[in-house]
Amino acid sequence: MVTDDKRVRIISGHYGSGKTEFAVNYAARLARQSDHKIAFADMDIVNVYFRSREVRDKIMAMGIRMIDSSVGAGADLPAIPAESFAPFEDKSYEYIIDLGGNDVGTIVLGRYRQWIDLAETDFFMVVNIFRPDTNSVEKIISSKESLEQASGLQVTGLINNANLARGTTAADLLKAETMLSQVSRQTNVPIKYTSYVEEIVTDMTEEIKKQLSGEIIPMTYFMRETWM
Amino acid sequence: MAKVMMKGNEAIAKAAILAGCRYFMGYPITPQNEVPEYFSRELPLVGGTFVQAESEVAAINMVYGAGASGARVMTSSSSPGIALKQEGIGYCVKGEIPCVVVSMMRGGPGLGTIQPSQSDYLQATRGGSNGDYHIPVLAPGSVQEAVDFVKESFEIAQCYRTPVMVLCDGLIGQMMEPVELDHEPTKREMPDLSTWALGYSPKGKTNTVINLDIDAPNCEKENIRFFEEKYPAIEKNEVRWEEFMMDDAEYAFVSYGTTSRIIKNAVKALRAEGMKIGLVRPQTLWPFPQKPFENKNIKKWIVGEMNMGQMVPDVQLACGRKEDVLFYGRTGGMIPTPEEYIDFVKKELGGAK
Repeated sequence: MVTDDKRVRIISGHYGSGKTEFAVNYAARLARQSDHKIAFADMDIVNVYFRSREVRDKIMAMGIRMIDSSVGAGADLPAIPAESFAPFEDKSYEYIIDLGGNDVGTIVLGRYRQWIDLAETDFFMVVNIFRPDTNSVEKIISSKESLEQASGLQVTGLINNANLARGTTAADLLKAETMLSQVSRQTNVPIKYTSYVEEIVTDMTEEIKKQLSGEIIPMTYFMRETWM
Repeated sequence: MAKVMMKGNEAIAKAAILAGCRYFMGYPITPQNEVPEYFSRELPLVGGTFVQAESEVAAINMVYGAGASGARVMTSSSSPGIALKQEGIGYCVKGEIPCVVVSMMRGGPGLGTIQPSQSDYLQATRGGSNGDYHIPVLAPGSVQEAVDFVKESFEIAQCYRTPVMVLCDGLIGQMMEPVELDHEPTKREMPDLSTWALGYSPKGKTNTVINLDIDAPNCEKENIRFFEEKYPAIEKNEVRWEEFMMDDAEYAFVSYGTTSRIIKNAVKALRAEGMKIGLVRPQTLWPFPQKPFENKNIKKWIVGEMNMGQMVPDVQLACGRKEDVLFYGRTGGMIPTPEEYIDFVKKELGGAK
């Protein structure tokens, strides 16, 4: 259950793993299931397009407090507002942090390190095994290690977000399941969630779902336009 | 080969390396930074060289040097950066230097915005440099096509000894899509490096690359050679376009790049309502395809671009009916929606009849 995760959820992952799409869908699910106040911070200082701040209105419509750049959605400035501190201190909030990709993206956490209480923080790593830099057990583990080194945090959960955009099939998720289970065994980090866009993976069956680890997060596209 | 998910910019750099590119010189600018970033990481692994130059002007002139030496070389930038490179592109034309220039367009004029745009159509096809010249301009409509066109561009550049531009809107660079990387480019007959490239001169001959003509008659002679031999050959062999739902079409959109994808959705929606409408998608902007515009069944051509209508004159010239060309576009970094095109067509043409 998304409500069982730690109060602060940091969503990280390799560049282009689908972190933002996952983070927004996760937020939507949490907003439906949780009675607490929720804050969502776009701390992506890497990407210039496809950042969660572009769907600010949709996130706010979920009743979520949106924290993003103070200098407009379109600016090429890695500006993060002081407001980002608030939900670390105000523990009445559930806090979701959408990071930029790779070790570079996690550097931003350095600013907040002394406010991050490990006991109340989950550090999730979103993985798409169809990205060339995370297409093997070895590369996923090495990517995990570089995220941990840059952030000073340990990954507490893996997220299977295997996808080929609109070409994703259930078999793709199963292939990723095999690979990530091996990563999980070698690193002792559980696969917390498996996520996919429901309208795309039309060949998903109850039988296949049973073979996928962690809770299944059915997603809808927030970031990808209908023509994309 | 299995499909992988790649961001357009990464895929472009990867495709270049697969096409044999071993040299990249550039200067950072959004929204194409993943191109130099990828090259900086990957080129040293294949024995190549990445240089972050001190400016765009420096970068294109380094490209001139590497290209003159017969190397496969690329530079990339975005709108204001491409503006800076224009002088050097002209020098590459005159020196007949094979090279590939990737232009990842953003909102302009000036520093503009970082959002996607197509407002450098004229800069690319009418030349921002001086002198009589053309360069081939390829306009991919997806990340897959960006991969394929980058590979083709290296072949075209070397075959005709010319700079080639791959013109993309920022979205092509930033979009993540599944791609196959193993498509082979069309094989073309190449001039042997020993006939022109520096460092490849055969015994008793010295290859030279010249930009300055002391005598006007010789400069004219060379220009005429380009326009009577090189450019007609490119126009004949390299022109590309796609026709989408054009078989029984009475109306047609004309669009390229990301806008053409948006418009394909509009075409499908309008078709579902019974309107006989299609899309002509130029894949080369120079040479501009002429043949699809010979279609006499088309009552109106509707140009769609992320600019203020820069392709309109090319469509008017190609179809020969100025009054039958309409335009709808967005500018400054704004992306039109399929609904905007559907509404435009309904308003202008009355929809299904």
